[in-house]
Amino acid sequence: MGRIISRRRLIVSGITAAAGATGLAGAIRLADRYGLIPPDHGGLYGIGETMTYSSQRLLMGRQSLAREFTRSDISAVVPVNGRPPERDAYQRLLADGFRDWRLSVDGLVARPSAFSLADLKGYPSHTQITHQACEEGWSFIAEWTGARLSYVLDLVGVSPGARYVVFFPFDDWWDSVDMADALHPQTYLAYAMNGRDLPTPHGAPVRLRVARQLGYKNIKYLSRVTVTDTLEPFGRGLGGASPESGYSWWAGI
Amino acid sequence: MDSHTKDREPRHAAIVRVTHWVSAIGTLALIFSGVAILLAHPRLYWGETGAVGTPALIHLPIPFLLGHSGWGRYLHFLAAWVCVASGTLYLVAGVLTRHFYRNLVPSSADLAWANVGRVMFDHLRLKLSRHAETASYNVLQRLAYLTVVFLLGPLVLLSGLAFSPALASVMPALVTMFGGQQSARTIHFFAGAAIVLFLIVHVVMVGLTGFRVRMRAMITGHPGGTEETSWAGSFPGEG
Repeated sequence: MGRIISRRRLIVSGITAAAGATGLAGAIRLADRYGLIPPDHGGLYGIGETMTYSSQRLLMGRQSLAREFTRSDISAVVPVNGRPPERDAYQRLLADGFRDWRLSVDGLVARPSAFSLADLKGYPSHTQITHQACEEGWSFIAEWTGARLSYVLDLVGVSPGARYVVFFPFDDWWDSVDMADALHPQTYLAYAMNGRDLPTPHGAPVRLRVARQLGYKNIKYLSRVTVTDTLEPFGRGLGGASPESGYSWWAGI
Repeated sequence: MDSHTKDREPRHAAIVRVTHWVSAIGTLALIFSGVAILLAHPRLYWGETGAVGTPALIHLPIPFLLGHSGWGRYLHFLAAWVCVASGTLYLVAGVLTRHFYRNLVPSSADLAWANVGRVMFDHLRLKLSRHAETASYNVLQRLAYLTVVFLLGPLVLLSGLAFSPALASVMPALVTMFGGQQSARTIHFFAGAAIVLFLIVHVVMVGLTGFRVRMRAMITGHPGGTEETSWAGSFPGEG
């Protein structure tokens, strides 16, 4: 009798385990289809990253807005991390006031294009006064002005299969965001800070502004934007230089 | 293990023991990684913003050691999820099994000033196992555990979530409740420090009242031996 029960129990727990494993595999496929698995999902830390990214994405939806502040909240002190690119290509453009600078937008788009600073400034301009925190712990509030990335992406015609937008500056750093952040109304190609042209140390002529993530996702000194359905071909496939050097790809924290 | 031990109700229920150790590992990882993150910027501010060059509420007397704490954040979040999972399990089980009601909520007799005073006095004299805490928690333990479970734990979790820019966009009230993102970071630090303080006292008390017996009780459920006296006699002879 006891034997039968234990055998039955064994079969039942076997079926339960198989169902659980199938369920888990199904859940992972479903999560991936809905963009809930970050590119740096590998390894032990990847479990925590996937939990954080997927739960925050589910909570946030696409349109939750970062808090906006008033002019009187703007920080007087804004420290800078990193230095402007030393490459000749950048230095020449800088010396020339970025007259010949172009932002190329390519990848999964109908009309790959290059935009001048004047082009971007000619598009509907938006301003936000938002909080930006560095992963180290410090933070500031600044006013950013720019064109919405979503507007520029509309101009080039993003393919329906697009899942990520990758940003390349004039140095070796690069990063990417998912479409939810790429199309978010507070995601700018920012060309002005606190009412003035973007200062060189803050990423002149144009930097990315992603209001719902940490500072390091706000790529400076932009040169090229690529729309893609997979991050695998880029670098080590982790979605950016940040995860390649030990910082999480998702920086909504 | 003889039948006498076997039949006895365990000192700690299995769910309490499992969640205790899982949370213990998670908490140690949180403290370790939390310190690493803090070392990247050991200054605390009040309000929404703060940076080098702005007035700090507290400048912790440690240098800016780690410019890079990416791994610290990876570990912090992994450990936080471990603690959230085991903490949720513990809370649900604690309500369903009436663990909180039976073992942690102090009775009015516990809370009588005479009793509180006596227990405190005994603790100060390190005379720790004279009273009935061998079989159940004394009033100071009950209050300490309730504070950690229902006050410090939720506080450290919510204040941590409050300096997430993503969550701030969903629940702005979470940030304003703490007085700004930097205030939330400062409160997170002090809530974490209070938990560290609790852990130190907790481990010292376990040591003083019979390390082996209490560890055995939290691992196997039973203090060991066949007699209740193994509890009563645990101080100061053991540990």
